[in-house]
Amino acid sequence: MNKGTWLLGRLAQIVPSFVFIGIVVFVLARLLPGDPVSAVLGDHATDATVARITAQLGLDRSIPVQLLHFLGGVVQGEFGTSIAYRIPVSRLILERLPATLILTGLSMAIALALAVPLAFIAALKANRWPDLLIRGVFQVGLSTPIFYVGLLLLTVLAAWAHLFPVGGYGEGWGEHLWHLFLPALTLALSFAAVLMRSLRGAVLDVINAEFVDFARAKGLRARLVLGRHVLRNALIATVSLVGLQVGSLLGGAVITESVFAVPGVGRLMVESIFARDYPVIQALTLVLAVFVSLALLATDIVQMWLDPRVGK
Amino acid sequence: MSLVVRDLRVVFDTPKGPVWAVDGVDLEVAPGAVLGLVGESGSGKSVTLRAIARLLHANATVSGEVLWEDEDVLAMPPDRLRRLRGAEIGIVFQEPMAALNPVLTIGLQIDESLEAHTELDTKGRRARALELLDLVGIAAGGARLGQYPHEFSGGMRQRAMIAIALASSPKLLLADDPTTALDVTIQDQILRLLLRLKAELGMGLVLVTHDLGVVAQTCERVAVMYAGRVCEAGPVASVFASPRHAYTQALLRAMPGEGARAGAKLVPIPGQAPRLDRPAQGCAFQPRCTVSESACETRRPSMETDGDRRFACYAEARL
Ligand SMILES: Nc1ncnc2c1ncn2[C@@H]1O[C@H](COP(=O)(O)OP(=O)(O)OP(=O)(O)O)[C@@H](O)[C@H]1O
Ligand SMILES: [Mg+2]
Repeated sequence: MNKGTWLLGRLAQIVPSFVFIGIVVFVLARLLPGDPVSAVLGDHATDATVARITAQLGLDRSIPVQLLHFLGGVVQGEFGTSIAYRIPVSRLILERLPATLILTGLSMAIALALAVPLAFIAALKANRWPDLLIRGVFQVGLSTPIFYVGLLLLTVLAAWAHLFPVGGYGEGWGEHLWHLFLPALTLALSFAAVLMRSLRGAVLDVINAEFVDFARAKGLRARLVLGRHVLRNALIATVSLVGLQVGSLLGGAVITESVFAVPGVGRLMVESIFARDYPVIQALTLVLAVFVSLALLATDIVQMWLDPRVGK
Repeated sequence: MSLVVRDLRVVFDTPKGPVWAVDGVDLEVAPGAVLGLVGESGSGKSVTLRAIARLLHANATVSGEVLWEDEDVLAMPPDRLRRLRGAEIGIVFQEPMAALNPVLTIGLQIDESLEAHTELDTKGRRARALELLDLVGIAAGGARLGQYPHEFSGGMRQRAMIAIALASSPKLLLADDPTTALDVTIQDQILRLLLRLKAELGMGLVLVTHDLGVVAQTCERVAVMYAGRVCEAGPVASVFASPRHAYTQALLRAMPGEGARAGAKLVPIPGQAPRLDRPAQGCAFQPRCTVSESACETRRPSMETDGDRRFACYAEARL
């Protein structure tokens, strides 16, 4: 089997998983307490209005028909209308999505930039003071709740030192990045901690490998031995972790966006839950689930690229 | 002498205490000479080679002297050491599967060595890589360069590793059992190749092997190791014809090959390999020796020199 067919197989796998996610989201929405009709109308509507809205939302049809209708809509990017905002859910999500994507992308970049070099330093100085210091600091980061870290950074760097804005999103790319730096850093810390631990372990496993000694025996520069021979093998073990972490990263985004008043889908999710905006909740759950599967797919692709033995 | 090793010692610091893996080894290799290094498993051959190239890890304490063309290897600064490795002293590791990086192509693994030690440009390096594969008998080198170690057979990997070690034409090759994974024909090809390189380039060779027949065929001198020590060294022909250490004699009787006297019955060496975490007070071979005397148990025999022969055995005269 070559890499092309492997990739095609992997892509084919993802289609049924999307259908499955769609069904789960549909069922979940029906299991939520309260019903959408009273969420739209409040508690004091007449029976006639209730019947009209029920028909309008398609809730008078049988469950399988509703499911097909829902899935059909999803395929066309049609998620209905937001109850709270009274605009199409798809438009609402598209408006809010960029902030979240920038936030998670930026935090991933920060996490990698922190974790990779520190993991190397920690592994090369294993059990000596630099290692203990790095691991200690990350341990604290890992055991502190995200919203607390966020508030701390906000107070110190934004409110006192005025280095960053206290919240919001700004206009244009430059401002977006500037506004999102603190929330991204907040989000990055716990991710970086997980990443650092995994990568440090992987580097320690690889660093004593025979092929690393052989690379040294060739008279290669230490930087090349580490950056090519060690890093690449160590990353293989860590990359799958990155994919798995995207889910918790998005979960963390919900909290961070609330703390930093970032107009992303995380905050939209919180608002929608409070407003019982079912169409939005449903669509967002679906979108986030799709993102997680895409992240896992991306992980597999990176892994395939790093490790020639994958797919053989 | 191009390589001189004097009183080399390696102690490994392990969770269970120190392990004296190499315990006072002396070796000499003249330019372009071939030295065979033999001894049973665990006698310290690989550790000796790695100590010479300073490849041991932090848990190893190395002492003694390693002189390369009169330069102290153990005191070399990192830059000098890098030039020494690969460019002047090449190493072939014992296990080709473990020595090749599984995620890099063979081509890159050859290329990076050339890039580090030669002035060749990309095209020149590729040409040289093809030449090297051809040299070690890997056909269709062009396609092979883009392949990964797992796409090579065991013998191919071993040859690829030899090609890498030879990439920048070292003056000395430390070859740790370079023919183990190979069948007899290929083994013969590789040995011939190494000997040809020695003849053509004046490359010296330290050949670690378990095959005394190979030593008899290829080496000029041989050093026999036991428990981290050289117990006997000298010209191959005279050492094999008349061993002057009880262990050498036992080894010759135990191992098949041209080193053993033709027609003689194989006699395995009784007992177990010595423990390196508790060095013996006397001769390390004494517990397994069939000709030992009382002095062997209490006092370590010192190395004696007789012409071009060196040996450390009280029973030498009675062998
Ligand atoms: N990193 C290490 N830590 C602790 N002990 C080690 C280490 N490397 C080697 N040793 C020990 O040193 C001794 C000598 O090992 P070495 O690999 O040199 O033997 P060898 O002569 O090459 O054997 P073989 O013929 O099987 O290759 C062995 O007892 C081994 O267990
Ligand atoms: Mg060995």
